Amino acid sequence: MNFPILSTLIFLPLISSFFIFLSKDIKNNNSAVYISLFSSLATFLLSLFVWYSLDPTSSDFQFLEEKNWINNFIKFKLGVDGISILFIVLTTLITPICIISCINSVKVRVKEFLIAILILETFMIGVFCSLDLVVFYIFFEAGLIPMFLIIGVWGGPRRVYSAFKFFLFTLLGSVLMLVAIIAIYWITGTTDVTEIYKIQIPSDYQNLLWLAFFSSFAVKMPMWPVHTWLPDAHVEAPTAGSVILAAILLKMAGYGFLRFSIPMFPLASEYFMPLIYTLSIIAIIYTSLVALMQEDMKKLIAYSSVAHMGYVTLGIFTFTKQGIEGSIFQMISHGLISAALFLCVGVVYDRLHSRMISTYGGLVNHLPKYSFLFIVFALAGLGLPGTSGFLGEFLVLTGAFQKNYLVSMLATFGVVLGAAYMLWLTKRVIFGNTNNNEIKNLKDINNLEALMLITLAILVILFGFYPSPLMDTLNISVNNLINNYEIAIRANGLN
Amino acid sequence: MINNLNILLPEIFLTLSIFSLLMIGVFLKNSFNLIFNLSSIIIIITTAIIFNRPNIEEKIFLESFTRDVFSNFFKILILISSLFVLNTSKNYIIDKNLDKFEYPIIILLSILGMFFMVSSNDIIVFYLGLELQSLSLYILASIDRDNLKSSESGIKYFILSALSSGLLLYGCSLLYGFSGSTNFDLIANELNKENIGAVFAMVFILVGLAFKISAVPFHMWTPDVYEGAPTSITSYFAVVPKVAGLAVLIKFMVIPFSNILSEWQTIIIFISIASMILGAVAAISQKNIKRLLAYSSIGHIGYALAGVATGNISGYQSAIVYISIYVIMNIGIFSCLYLLKKDGEYKENISDLSGASKKHPLLAISFLIILFSLAGIPPLGGFFAKFYVFSAVLEQQMYTLAIIGLLTTVISAFYYLKIIKIIYFDDSVITFDAVKNKKAQASILISCSILLTFFLYPSILNKLVVSLFIN
Repeated sequence: MNFPILSTLIFLPLISSFFIFLSKDIKNNNSAVYISLFSSLATFLLSLFVWYSLDPTSSDFQFLEEKNWINNFIKFKLGVDGISILFIVLTTLITPICIISCINSVKVRVKEFLIAILILETFMIGVFCSLDLVVFYIFFEAGLIPMFLIIGVWGGPRRVYSAFKFFLFTLLGSVLMLVAIIAIYWITGTTDVTEIYKIQIPSDYQNLLWLAFFSSFAVKMPMWPVHTWLPDAHVEAPTAGSVILAAILLKMAGYGFLRFSIPMFPLASEYFMPLIYTLSIIAIIYTSLVALMQEDMKKLIAYSSVAHMGYVTLGIFTFTKQGIEGSIFQMISHGLISAALFLCVGVVYDRLHSRMISTYGGLVNHLPKYSFLFIVFALAGLGLPGTSGFLGEFLVLTGAFQKNYLVSMLATFGVVLGAAYMLWLTKRVIFGNTNNNEIKNLKDINNLEALMLITLAILVILFGFYPSPLMDTLNISVNNLINNYEIAIRANGLN
Repeated sequence: MINNLNILLPEIFLTLSIFSLLMIGVFLKNSFNLIFNLSSIIIIITTAIIFNRPNIEEKIFLESFTRDVFSNFFKILILISSLFVLNTSKNYIIDKNLDKFEYPIIILLSILGMFFMVSSNDIIVFYLGLELQSLSLYILASIDRDNLKSSESGIKYFILSALSSGLLLYGCSLLYGFSGSTNFDLIANELNKENIGAVFAMVFILVGLAFKISAVPFHMWTPDVYEGAPTSITSYFAVVPKVAGLAVLIKFMVIPFSNILSEWQTIIIFISIASMILGAVAAISQKNIKRLLAYSSIGHIGYALAGVATGNISGYQSAIVYISIYVIMNIGIFSCLYLLKKDGEYKENISDLSGASKKHPLLAISFLIILFSLAGIPPLGGFFAKFYVFSAVLEQQMYTLAIIGLLTTVISAFYYLKIIKIIYFDDSVITFDAVKNKKAQASILISCSILLTFFLYPSILNKLVVSLFIN
């Protein structure tokens, strides 16, 4: 394949954002919306094509692109395998949904908003495609700029605080990763990920390097105790911003663990396994309890995201096939469900401008379609069998069970808590008495909103019953990951 | 002999032009415009002359003056940045009634001084160049002589700088005493670690140089002078003398002090860390944008010095790349300042930018690009500058320096974000009009597009810089 399909995928949104920049400001800015919708759908189709033509029987990186970039020092290297393609498709799927959602919710500076979203999409796809540490770092960090602006310009009342917290937390975590990346270059002589996989990094260095990468991924994930930026950012961000944040940005860290931490530092990953388990369990139980007490819907979903990410880290570090596949599945499914839940909040927020649970109640009598969809996503969020939420958690718990009874037992307890806060949220928002007279006059969801939510609902249920499109793609790459890990562990006489 | 003088052609041309410009200024009334334009042309011609020189290393006048790729590179950098600084500030100079014909001439004189600094291969030539440059800068700092702040900053700069020049001269004399020569190459052969006197001399010289590039703890003059001097002079201060100072610093490390590098390195590591921390922390509470840029420039010099502190070629190269990108960013941001004008007054407070993104979207986006680049966020040019420096630092396994440096970038990101916050997030309180200033706008455009597209070909500067150290 000579055509640079991945570069096209990455830079298509960027180029179209340039056209939006040039487009004239006519009354309703429709041209900007059409251009961005068109380009993001084109990107989505292109990513589906990549997924379709990806050979699922090979664990190698495919669609490789390589170009000398920084004089014989760093190559601009791109490639995808079974794991990354899923995240790419998730990104390209969520972006058009965000663009549709902003037709209703963003009223000021629409053009700039769309430019920010498209530039962010470029960086996000870049993160999942890059096979070079420096390229990865650049995409990983560059995403901060548009997200900072999205929160800060279009956000709620405390947006400045949240935007700064988001930016500085993430940056602080990442600079240590930059030190580690450069250190890896001087230790191994390359920053090409596929080359580093072949070389064993000396075990003296592994722990420190692992910690440096961990500092970045833990903030981004976010893991307890550095998760505090997430609720703030979610609450203040506009709907589309929350959706992207929850659905994709958080996944970068999980992807980072799979792509970098485990294969490059297997010994350190093994060594730090108890740390990850502890933090994950605290995240699952503690943030679930915190979520129970929230009065703000977005904050509740934000805390539930932290808890769900706890399952992800737990699953990844079980180093079992079920655990890792479950984590990836959980990330994809959480990407869909949390996106949908934030959209649901956005729908009522656009009408009543309140995110407080107490404002609502009895929606089921006045907004039946909306309530139905909300319940579907809430049930998926608590992991009801038949939705994608169930499979991910189930696989992670199965994986964890093989490694450590106590951990899996505590994690299972988190599932119960998850059900508690989700059901209670549904009860208070959807059912109950209508206390607020304004609710009686609310209109049910319009076609655009229905389009977004139904698309996501279909996917959530489809993957709940028929996960094999995802699992088949993952299979070989995950096997390969685990094999390499076990070889490295055995070679060093551990285990 | 004629052949030898050929080597000195750029300097001779510059000197003669300065004399003729002075004559024009004396005999023609209201000649500011003419002299200003002529000096731009002179700068361009001098650049062309340097471009056309062969890049062979040659030394003349008893080996006290070198012409090599290293000095040529820095001369061109000095000339181009001065050209930008001069031309973007023309409207400002006229608005502020600074349009005296001496203004461009003194700038040319300081350029001449810097030429001798970067070309010197002898401490006496070096010192004379440095003094010519400093004297011109004293005058420039106080050029707005009816303004209290400007005169104050001129006097302050003069007193402190004279002190540091004195220390530097003392160091030079010690160096002569302990090595028996004033020539860099001969000094390099004479010095070794047992020579305590030479270490003393080195410290004094370093103090003098650190003062000129405003590195901590010799930075005290910087915020006051930056704030007090007219913006057109501040932008000159922020860019050109730093380039020359860094060039000389690297030159001292490469030639005369190459044998006592480890002593020299310890001090530079300290200065670098101190500058990075102070630049990051002290800028946070600033309200005046020029003062903020003063602290930011202190921080940036700290990063460049981190590259120098490695004491090897790749470190020096990274520092030179860093300073080049720093020049691009600073030219851009100072050009932005020339556009903040209301009723003939130029705005200098950060709060004046409040909500500027609504009324002036293009200006706001330029600020955004340059500030994120100054903060070193990828994929902008400023990130690559930091990347090269820290990869050189980590090559020498100086982990502490790298980690402190990168943590200070997070702190400094805070105040750059604060400006962005004021421009983008705050309510609009428009205190300035959109000024038409073609030259400043063009230089903003150039600076932003370089920073934005730098990632396409990030090794372009490295390729240039690699050739500087072949000898």
